Amino acid sequence: MNELAQESLAIETRSLTKQFGSHKAVNSIDLVVPTGAVFGFLGPNGSGKTTTIRMLLGLISATSGEVRVLGQTMPQNLNSVLPRVGALVEGPAFYGYLSGEANLIRLDSADQFASAKDRIERVRAALERVGLSHAAKKKVHAYSLGMKQRLGIANALLQPRDLLILDEPTNGLDPQGTREVRNLVRSLASTGTTIFVSSHLLAEIEQLCSHVAVMSAGQIVAQGKIEDLRKEGETRIRVSTPDLDAASAVLVTLGLEPIKTMDAQLRQQIVAPLHDSKLEADKIVAALVKAKVRVSGFAVEEPSLEDRFVSLTGEGFDVVQ
Amino acid sequence: MSSSNNPVAKIKRPLGLSLFATELSVMFRRRRTYAMLGAVALIPIFLAIAVRLSSQVLAPGEGPPFLDRVTQNGLFVGFTAMIVGIPLFLPLTIAVVSGDTIAGEAGQGTLRYLLTAPVGRARLLLVKYAGAATFVFAATLTLMISGALIGAALFPVGPVTLLSGDVISVPESLLRALLVAVYVSISLLGLSAVGLFISTLTDVPVGAMAAIVTVSTVSQILDILPQLSVIHPWLLSHNWLGFVSLLRQPMDLSSFGANVLVQLGYIAVFGSLAYSRFTTKDILS
Repeated sequence: MNELAQESLAIETRSLTKQFGSHKAVNSIDLVVPTGAVFGFLGPNGSGKTTTIRMLLGLISATSGEVRVLGQTMPQNLNSVLPRVGALVEGPAFYGYLSGEANLIRLDSADQFASAKDRIERVRAALERVGLSHAAKKKVHAYSLGMKQRLGIANALLQPRDLLILDEPTNGLDPQGTREVRNLVRSLASTGTTIFVSSHLLAEIEQLCSHVAVMSAGQIVAQGKIEDLRKEGETRIRVSTPDLDAASAVLVTLGLEPIKTMDAQLRQQIVAPLHDSKLEADKIVAALVKAKVRVSGFAVEEPSLEDRFVSLTGEGFDVVQ
Repeated sequence: MSSSNNPVAKIKRPLGLSLFATELSVMFRRRRTYAMLGAVALIPIFLAIAVRLSSQVLAPGEGPPFLDRVTQNGLFVGFTAMIVGIPLFLPLTIAVVSGDTIAGEAGQGTLRYLLTAPVGRARLLLVKYAGAATFVFAATLTLMISGALIGAALFPVGPVTLLSGDVISVPESLLRALLVAVYVSISLLGLSAVGLFISTLTDVPVGAMAAIVTVSTVSQILDILPQLSVIHPWLLSHNWLGFVSLLRQPMDLSSFGANVLVQLGYIAVFGSLAYSRFTTKDILS
């Protein structure tokens, strides 16, 4: 791989593996995060996302495989890479008995490359950015979880960064806080910062990201542009009707595989994937009506990421917020 | 791409003075720290009050060393309190502070943010050790100052008769008190290094603290077993009470020198262990 290609990737891993005892928490993953992307790192809890992030940041060593961050191998170049990376790892953590501002001063002075001269200005600017200026002098143990989360993001923004690694940035936030974080991420992305954001919530990733990788049980099961992944799903029809059995029978005669299900209001419905059948929606409705099925609703659903991800990661995946 | 042609590359500031400043503020803005210093200050206060209230006159040599002299000269309160504090109480506070160095940051999760700052693991260890050492000096000075104040408040103060029978002036005796505090602080630097190492082994600060108290206790037990006399000079705690030799005229500095050497040895060995452990450790907290 030549110099140019390396530089155009913000993060690249090759066969990255981390083994704890006999358990492979991360099993030979090849992450490819293009520079400038808002990259969603999606997977159920315990799928190895945080372990991967810890390896990217040099907090833990890889059992095998390679990591390049901002074009440089990690953890060998940790000191030249990390000043350009802002990180929120596995939730915020602070000194509860210090104020928010004192916490950021502490963490900024830990950065051996940060200038002490403009420290207080940078700290205040970061607090301002996440809307915590009013609570700067308050002790962190009086902060709500959402405020702590925002303070964690402020810590990641103490310097201009080329890459932000945000592990579950909206965890514990109320809907308004979630929206604020989302807007913040968007405004950061618009300045060209590459953003790598992990989440177990599909909705989160879907609204924010241009690219996505899906982790399941330590492996990447899908990776790429979000619209490409969406296309891999299946179109299906959804029929709302009081005559469930009759409707199912009609659909079976058309060669479909109907499944009885419920909508959000717990009304009985029928869903059937179209597969490759070239059936047109109007023909299906006509057949239903002809069989005297009372149709109260009919929809053709484009492939959803949710279905795609459930099929990739299996059941029990936390897809709803 | 090397960091030299990297436009964002910044000048490294290896000294870490501002980090050390925040380390001190993290430590001394913590209620626990001044609670411990307060408790240390209470040792001479309790001791002086007990002696003052008691009508019983101690025969020379009865009770802890110097206790019998306290009623004649308040300046002995500090020395006596030091002897009382050394075996258990001072090591206990050192265990709390040094056990908390790395394990405390790990336990509350701030360690991962310090490391991704990036702080540099060796640099963090150095700053942590410097912070723990600062606390050691703060604790012994607190004890001495509190002793001098309560001694002056409750007892007559005058020229001090040393163990050798010589008499020194009040200012000189305060200087000796300062020397004793320095001696005891140095005595506890080895234990702080052991504590730093133990603290890199766990994410549970209380566990580290208990282990450090155990080390201190075991060292003192080994030191009183005559069968082990051959290892006695190398024990962490062997010279802890050696400061008494500073209260002779002329001052006997041989114990001071031996103490410094032993403590430096412990600092070197456990500092290296802490370094090799911490720089390769997986940070999972």
